[in-house]
Amino acid sequence: MSDYKKGGGMIRGIPHDTIEQSLPILAVFVAILVAVGGIVEVVPSFYLDDAEPAVEGVRPYTPLELEGYAIYRREGCFLCHSQMIRPFRDEKERYGHFSLAAESQFDHNYQWGSKRTGPELARLGGKYTDAWHIQHMRAPRSVVPESVMPNYMWLEETVLDTSKTQRRMEVLAMMNVPYSADDINNWEVDLKAQAAVDDGEGEDDLRARYERRKWVNSDGEVTQWTESFEPTPINVRAFDADASDVTELDALIAYLQMLGTSVHFEEGVDYYHDKFGQPYRK
Amino acid sequence: MSSVAEKEQYNYDIVKFCVITGIIMGVIGTAVGTWIASELAWPFLNFDIAEISFGRLRPVHTNTVIFGFGGFLLYGAGLYMVQHTTHARVRLEKLAWAAVILWFVAILCVWITLPLGITQAKEYHEAEWWIDLIMAASWVCFTISFLATIAARKMSHIYVGLWFFISMLFMVTYIFVFNGLCIPIDMTFSYSAYAGIHDAMTQWWWGHNAVGFFLTAGFIGVMYYFVPKHANRPIYSYRLSVLHFWSLTFLYVWVGAHHLHYTAIPDWTLSLGAGMSIALIFPSWGGMINGMMTMSGAWDKLRTDPVMRFMVVALAFYGMSTFEGPLMGTKSVNALSHYTDWTVGHVHSGALGWNAMIAIGAMYHMITRMWNTEMWSAKLVNMHFWIHLTGAILYITAMWGSGVLQGLMWRAFDEYGNLVYTFADSVAAMHPFYALRATGGFLVFCGFCIMLFNTLKTISAVKAGTNVTLTAEAKA
Repeated sequence: MSDYKKGGGMIRGIPHDTIEQSLPILAVFVAILVAVGGIVEVVPSFYLDDAEPAVEGVRPYTPLELEGYAIYRREGCFLCHSQMIRPFRDEKERYGHFSLAAESQFDHNYQWGSKRTGPELARLGGKYTDAWHIQHMRAPRSVVPESVMPNYMWLEETVLDTSKTQRRMEVLAMMNVPYSADDINNWEVDLKAQAAVDDGEGEDDLRARYERRKWVNSDGEVTQWTESFEPTPINVRAFDADASDVTELDALIAYLQMLGTSVHFEEGVDYYHDKFGQPYRK
Repeated sequence: MSSVAEKEQYNYDIVKFCVITGIIMGVIGTAVGTWIASELAWPFLNFDIAEISFGRLRPVHTNTVIFGFGGFLLYGAGLYMVQHTTHARVRLEKLAWAAVILWFVAILCVWITLPLGITQAKEYHEAEWWIDLIMAASWVCFTISFLATIAARKMSHIYVGLWFFISMLFMVTYIFVFNGLCIPIDMTFSYSAYAGIHDAMTQWWWGHNAVGFFLTAGFIGVMYYFVPKHANRPIYSYRLSVLHFWSLTFLYVWVGAHHLHYTAIPDWTLSLGAGMSIALIFPSWGGMINGMMTMSGAWDKLRTDPVMRFMVVALAFYGMSTFEGPLMGTKSVNALSHYTDWTVGHVHSGALGWNAMIAIGAMYHMITRMWNTEMWSAKLVNMHFWIHLTGAILYITAMWGSGVLQGLMWRAFDEYGNLVYTFADSVAAMHPFYALRATGGFLVFCGFCIMLFNTLKTISAVKAGTNVTLTAEAKA
């Protein structure tokens, strides 16, 4: 390999010979060059308002849904199920309206996935009954014979570990998720109320906290809904058909049943082309 | 240079550790891969055990092959070639050893935590924050030791293979740190510092550049040393290597956005990603051509030397994958290929075809040089080549078939404007392809077992003194 350098020291006027002979020069050039693409592509989305326009109806997860999200992550569901509907005719027919940026604005981290070994789930909420989900988690092939999903029967046998719920909300509140101190302090009653553990006690408080609400996040940004907007009701029931305790299956189904239900898509509103001008609506 | 002097000059112990560990990682990684592939073909194999269910085991496979097998190859081959191309013994040896040991510890932690469901849930960055810290410490140790060795070089110029390593060391540091930023709840859970579209962009900036720098720049660096050395020919073109080094280093960074076509990411970002993806074919093929043409005058070696075959076929796969990649990075092709098995097939034509084969070639090369011996069985090396190649081709073609079929079934409409197939129909149609894919994966696993066996036999033959030492010509 002695003659690999036979091209000489200068390449089109660039003294490449000098660069090759100096580790500091080579290292600095490389360090700068590899940073450019990321800075241009990733950073602006944090500052451009129209990258993630606010949409009426999007809310943070309730404590029970938040635990469901954690189970979804733990089991690696995102490896086979996407949560990002693309603006194609077949996807609209099969899954519903294409996904908006705002719909995953509180997902730390995002759950769009990259593969559909199983179907898209971004608008799963309300598509099937709880009973279907219970049976499907126990034995997917008893409901969908073609399915290759593993059985998840341990979810309904495992009591939900709520020792981290408060900490989860505190951490998310440190970022952009607008949980108030009141939300965090009441995590336990809200969680139990949503799973209908104590005969519906606390349900009204839960709805007051999460259904119609002026959300203020840590940056002071406010999500305010117009008077005429009717928010999607919070699902309150024994999701696993057993109100005596809160299991992992309760949490997971609560999460699955709210997916994609927050935004009310209206006829005549162009959610795609407005994207580059004003936000869809304030 | 006599072998005695060489042994004193270079630290081979650390390279030997990396190579053997790398081969073992290859065996384990492909075993787990075969298992999860089989789970998709025959779901009863999940056995209702949470720890081995597909969702938890799949990242064990990806982490073991990328960071276990790939990582130890890069550490081992990196330390081998930096010594050979600088004529200096590795500097700060304790730091280099710390890097290797910490990396090993991190992989062990990954094996324990991921089956327990402890994950950051970011593709190819699943290890929780405290394992990230172990990996980062290892990476910093390696970087310092590596750069210190280059600084101590006994010639004026820095060899081209090392440029690629330098770009890998810097870029992987950036992406690993920024994608890994999170706030921990405790040892078992953390929330990403980003949400929604920001997290998606950061994730694929990481995801694609883990491919672009860890699995491409690093492995191209390996190629630039081992192909000319094994063929005993000079690199084809110095100018081409300069050109494609700087363009690859600059361009790769931009293309991650093509993983997010037609999503809620702003369109300008995606178009930029698509455009840069197409442009990337030039630097990629620059490297492929430079490697291939280095064989000029040494093509006859392909007939007699299976190690050379591994390297050349690796370059062919590299050329093919880097043609397929820009194709899939365009919006119209991506509309069909995204979310399908085509992506998985593309990844594996890169991973099994390019990465694994150039790595295996480099490993065989290093084993014979470091122990100064022929392999225990040349026939087994040849057998490994054909089994690996057959397995890789089965795997890739199965995924092409299933991917395109999936994409077409999902978008099929009948004459009344209704969807022709349910999603479940498409799942059922995948079964034969999944079975074929598992078979291909199993063959690759068998190949790695043969390699491990042959390597252990070679080493014990050296210890027993029954080996055939390398001829002076082979060593040159």
